[in-house]
Amino acid sequence: MNNTEVIKKSLANRYKKERRFQMMGRLAVLTGFAFLVILMTDIITKSLPAFTLYYVKLDVNYSAQTLGVSETAEAEELAKGNFRKLTRDAIYDLFPEVKKRADRKALAKLVSNEAEFQVQKALLADPTMLDTTTPTWVLVDDDVDAYLKSRSDTARTSDKQIAWLETLESDGRLEKRFNWIFFENGDSREPEIAGIRGAAMGSLFTVVVCLLVSFPIGVLAAVYLEEFAPRNRWIDLVEININNLAAVPSIVFGLLGLAVFINFFGMPRSAPVVGGLVLALMTLPTIIISSRSAIKAVPPSIREAALGVGASKMQTVFQHVVPLAMPGILTGTIIGMAQALGETAPLLMIGMVAFIVDVPQGFTDSATVLPIQIYLWADSPERTFVAKTSAAIVVLLVFLVCMNAIAVFLRKKFEKSW
Amino acid sequence: MADKPDIEQLIGDTVGEIHVDAPKMSTRNCNVFYGDKQAIFDVNLDFGKHSVVALIGPSGCGKSTYLRCLNRMNDTIPICRVMGKLSLDDEDIYAREMDPVLLRARVGMVFQKPNPFPKSIYDNVAYGPRLHGLAQTRADLDEIVVTSLQKAGLFEEVKDRLTSPGTGLSGGQQQRLCIARTIAVSPEVILMDEPASALDPIATAIIEELIDELRENFTIAIVTHSMQQAARVSQRTAYFHLGRLVEVGETNDIFTNPRHELTENYITGRFG
Repeated sequence: MNNTEVIKKSLANRYKKERRFQMMGRLAVLTGFAFLVILMTDIITKSLPAFTLYYVKLDVNYSAQTLGVSETAEAEELAKGNFRKLTRDAIYDLFPEVKKRADRKALAKLVSNEAEFQVQKALLADPTMLDTTTPTWVLVDDDVDAYLKSRSDTARTSDKQIAWLETLESDGRLEKRFNWIFFENGDSREPEIAGIRGAAMGSLFTVVVCLLVSFPIGVLAAVYLEEFAPRNRWIDLVEININNLAAVPSIVFGLLGLAVFINFFGMPRSAPVVGGLVLALMTLPTIIISSRSAIKAVPPSIREAALGVGASKMQTVFQHVVPLAMPGILTGTIIGMAQALGETAPLLMIGMVAFIVDVPQGFTDSATVLPIQIYLWADSPERTFVAKTSAAIVVLLVFLVCMNAIAVFLRKKFEKSW
Repeated sequence: MADKPDIEQLIGDTVGEIHVDAPKMSTRNCNVFYGDKQAIFDVNLDFGKHSVVALIGPSGCGKSTYLRCLNRMNDTIPICRVMGKLSLDDEDIYAREMDPVLLRARVGMVFQKPNPFPKSIYDNVAYGPRLHGLAQTRADLDEIVVTSLQKAGLFEEVKDRLTSPGTGLSGGQQQRLCIARTIAVSPEVILMDEPASALDPIATAIIEELIDELRENFTIAIVTHSMQQAARVSQRTAYFHLGRLVEVGETNDIFTNPRHELTENYITGRFG
């Protein structure tokens, strides 16, 4: 056998191997993609019910007598009226034939506890409605809402209630609306009025603090280590520590934050400023390591060119090296920020897991963040929270997609060829 | 190194006249170390005004290292140490008072691989003058850019696209852009480290012509692998071997009548 034949014989085998490898590669990509699709479909379908809410139309008799206010009452006096009774009466009026106490209780349970506040709000918005009977839309109870969306019998809605609901529906008194409340409110014990805004704002404030602290420190540290630092044992030690820091479990940073920022410096508990600082410590190694490799990737010829015409070291670094490394630095930063956005454990340690109803207005207000909100809702027994959990995940994903889009945009903007 | 005495014996002292009248730059007993390893051994050489000195020799003979001592580019390599007296107009360039940034403005450098900044052609040339504040007004700067490009023989080719990126030019044009960038800060000396080695013959010819023209205004030291190039562009030639300056002399003499055996071997193509 001469060489050509030997090579020919092995060729078939080699091509077969290549085809097999390509097949496996495609399979791997396909599997990954399939899992992504399954995950997204599952989360989105589960979240859909959370984006709508059922309302019921009550013919409310805004009687001054029932409210216990004078007929000429001003807003301040009106606000103190007995809206609970007013709302109850309106509900009972829907089904006057229901007399038994237990049945009436079940009937009253059709609408949300929030209903009386909605009625109050409606009257305060238009005080001329006093002593008139005006149709007013109020929220249904969360169990009723869940029943109306799934139409499956559950232990939490009785047959009587279902019959009433059918009547209401045929009268056109039930309506499904987009759930603005979800985007306007903070957390609540009442699933129907629990919203994501508090957690979203908390996440936003936390990530902003994290970015403001970790980006400049990380980039400057990387520039110093890569361009200016002398090569000696101290710098080696610093490098090893930075690399090890990247592998430290995140909850350790939470303990550190608790000990240093809260206990030692006396910063407020549950505040985005502390959360941001803790997450900044956590993301620093990521930013430093990726910035260093981006700086290292800038061709030395550019440094020589700048030095050759008489630029100082500092000018060379900040006019040429850093701008050219910027796309890589930004990529690393965004990865770090995405990591910070999805982090839960260190924030548990500094009290950001608290149940907080008010939407935070600043960096020192008590707040929670999206992943913790997801965790809290996933832990809640009410059925409606299942959908809320998925909806919160969708919001978190939207956040991440937005951040990545910004990263891609910035990278395109800074990218230059040489 | 065990064979060190042999090398010393083989090469011996530099052959030829290292001195010139009123040198622009000169080095005496220049030794360069990379860590423990010595790369340059006792090089004595003068660079005359308005003339081109070609540094030739086989790969790894230290000619680039030597060239980079002349504007302290070796400072950027932490393990590199330079010893001896190197002077520019009788000023010691390794003296404490000598600022390397100022030195590099006076002794410009063109590199082997064209390395324009990823900026516009205009900004590439204007970078140095802006850096040193050489132009007071926009018009001054425009003039510097135009004359530099003209001197580098590039202006006619790029005058309609000064704002397009310098990296979009061809290799030869990029190298001329780098030369324009260097002369825009009006240096006294230009160091060229194999400026044409990455270029095709036509681009090389243009660069060589350019070097000949630049001689009128600048002192030039050029490292080259090509003996023909050395013969075409230089007035004096210095032959390096294993970190030592073997022979130096008028270019014509070196190529027609080399005195040292090693020089002769190299020039006749027996090694290198």
